[in-house]
Amino acid sequence: MSTEQLKNIFSKDYAAGFITDIESDTLPPGLSEDIIRFISNKKQEPEFLLEWRLKAYKHWQTLREPHWSKAQYSPIDYQKIIYYSAPKTDGKPTSLKDIDPKLLATYDKLGIPLYEQERLSGIAIDAVFDSVSVATTFKAKLAEMGIIFCSFSEAAQNHPELIKQYLGTVVSYTDNFYAALNAAVFTDGSFCYIPKGVRCPMELSTYFRINAANTGQFERTLIIAEPDSYVSYLEGCTAPRRDENQLHAAVVELIALDNAYIKYSTVQNWYPGDETGKGGIYNFVTKRGLCKGKKSKISWTQIETGSAITWKYPSVILQGDDSIGEFYSVALTNNFQQADTGTKMIHIGKNTKSTILAKGISAGKGQNTYRGLVQIHKKADLARNYTQCDSLLLGGTCGAHTLPVIETHNPTAKVEHEATTSKISEEQLFYCQQRGIAPEDAITMIVNGFCKAVFKELPMEFAVEAQKLLEISLEGSVG
Amino acid sequence: MHNTILDIKNLSVSIDNKHIINNLDLEIKAGAIHAIMGPNGAGKSTLAHFLTGRPEYIREAGSVSYLGADLLALTPEERAWQGIYLSFQYPVAIQGVSNIQFLKTSLNAIRKKRNLPPLDAVDILQQVKNNMRNLQMDEALLYRSINEGFSGGEKKRNEILQMSLLEPTLAILDETDSGLDIDALKAVADGVNALRAPTRALLIITHYQRLLDYIEPDYIHVLHNGRIIHSGDKSLGPTLEQKGYGWLTEATQEILPS
Repeated sequence: MSTEQLKNIFSKDYAAGFITDIESDTLPPGLSEDIIRFISNKKQEPEFLLEWRLKAYKHWQTLREPHWSKAQYSPIDYQKIIYYSAPKTDGKPTSLKDIDPKLLATYDKLGIPLYEQERLSGIAIDAVFDSVSVATTFKAKLAEMGIIFCSFSEAAQNHPELIKQYLGTVVSYTDNFYAALNAAVFTDGSFCYIPKGVRCPMELSTYFRINAANTGQFERTLIIAEPDSYVSYLEGCTAPRRDENQLHAAVVELIALDNAYIKYSTVQNWYPGDETGKGGIYNFVTKRGLCKGKKSKISWTQIETGSAITWKYPSVILQGDDSIGEFYSVALTNNFQQADTGTKMIHIGKNTKSTILAKGISAGKGQNTYRGLVQIHKKADLARNYTQCDSLLLGGTCGAHTLPVIETHNPTAKVEHEATTSKISEEQLFYCQQRGIAPEDAITMIVNGFCKAVFKELPMEFAVEAQKLLEISLEGSVG
Repeated sequence: MHNTILDIKNLSVSIDNKHIINNLDLEIKAGAIHAIMGPNGAGKSTLAHFLTGRPEYIREAGSVSYLGADLLALTPEERAWQGIYLSFQYPVAIQGVSNIQFLKTSLNAIRKKRNLPPLDAVDILQQVKNNMRNLQMDEALLYRSINEGFSGGEKKRNEILQMSLLEPTLAILDETDSGLDIDALKAVADGVNALRAPTRALLIITHYQRLLDYIEPDYIHVLHNGRIIHSGDKSLGPTLEQKGYGWLTEATQEILPS
């Protein structure tokens, strides 16, 4: 199959690209101390949080936008971004009945019904729309087990002690440019707290939706797993089709104490821009987990199919002895999409283990970079890492890059790295065609096969969604 | 029912401007088994790939009709839908796509085009396992990525397994016997023989007589320089085994214009 024929596979409609026409409270664009005070006040935050935001803002002003990634884009004017936009409500909704039907319809259309009885019973959802959480399901049921699952804003009001204890302990506001910006202006996100010994009985999930134009989304998620607890958390994201680029700069912090296990899965489907590279989300995200306790485990799984630019390195700090970090990733870039993604595994404790499995698929003029760091500290005796990076190229106009860095300061460490780059060969396609499988279906099947090892890490329902998403993203690249 | 399944007339084929098939004529009738033998580079595999639609091979002249219609107007998958099957000399591996998944996808793609309802995994599995027993194949191969790490014999048996499920009208076997030990050869031959039917035809491409000891052809053709220089019945096989191709190729060189 020629490049010419491949060109079309990837151009099906972005199904989540619609706009919800809803009245919003929206701030004028621009960033200042006043804006930050407004956000904090709007959310009735405790004083310490406002102080923290202001410190972060001061620090951010001393920083410069990082440009070490492979991504190419024009400078972002941070004074043109709207930092707060929320659907208008009369007071605080206490139940779904009080929520604007347009919002409920939006989530229905996205396939995320918010009525508990309509949900598969295995998943609780926090729905974040622009700058605010509009609903969280199954809160009461989870509370019976001592699990706190609510919007970040609510947690700041109702559980300030937990926020104060953990906020910024994994990703400090001085971490990087976007983490500092997020700390200053974050508007909402999800908060999860799993008490000691509790195995969370359902998947917790946040669905992020950007709707308003020229608005940035800056959410912050904090998950704390007390000793011997378990939680599986899912994250999904979409945005309307717009010609302007929009900024999404989130921070996610995970803390796993002794023998706790946090499994964090993402299906990222932000609007990727059109086939000429116009529009799309800039997804500049800092995600990091701290395996604080002994034998704790944090596992990241991400399916990145959306966004114009992805800049994201979900990482694990393996502080507790015998702790485990995992990173499973599929990143697909098509048209003019650019992904610079990977992970950092920081081995501090003894006998810590990490696994990295990264699959990159490039098509069109897409550029896909794996960037990873495996760092073994002095005292991390017997640390182990296994890394595998595979790239699949569709056509001759895309690119795949692998930039792994390994630093070991302990002679007992064992670090393995494997990398492959392949193309779907003419032979493979012809073989499939000879068996009656049309080229488009063949490519979908081959790409799904390529991603299989990562897909099987996803919770069942998500795995199906991920496969479908890949199919949609792939459609049209054969003439 | 069509009496003639494949009719090749005056066919010339090139790849990269190199002529491989020259003025070839061949008619294959329903129920018949044709074998094509010949020295290396005679154009045997080219014929197999051309008939199944590999885009690199270009028709320079002539025609091919399949079941009375123009075969060359069809895409490779359309040919498969209409019952043409190629057992590959070098079957390709596809990482992460299990053998059973591939079989199911293939079978249902073809069934769909024939307006048959799709079969679910349970229906398929029963038949597949039965056919695997006959081919003396390990069932574990169903759950491995297709052809990935398969031995030469496993790959060839797997090709025949797929054929047995897809039940083609015209099956082309491209050097299916190469790399097979005698047990595998017998198992493969049994699998092929089980498909013999008055409505089907087979085109067997091979270097050696030994496969033809187990699958008896009705006709044997000798291909040389892209053209059939000699045809005979099954008795031609042992003669070729004994005398080689020299006596035929030298004779044609004398009669061919230089």
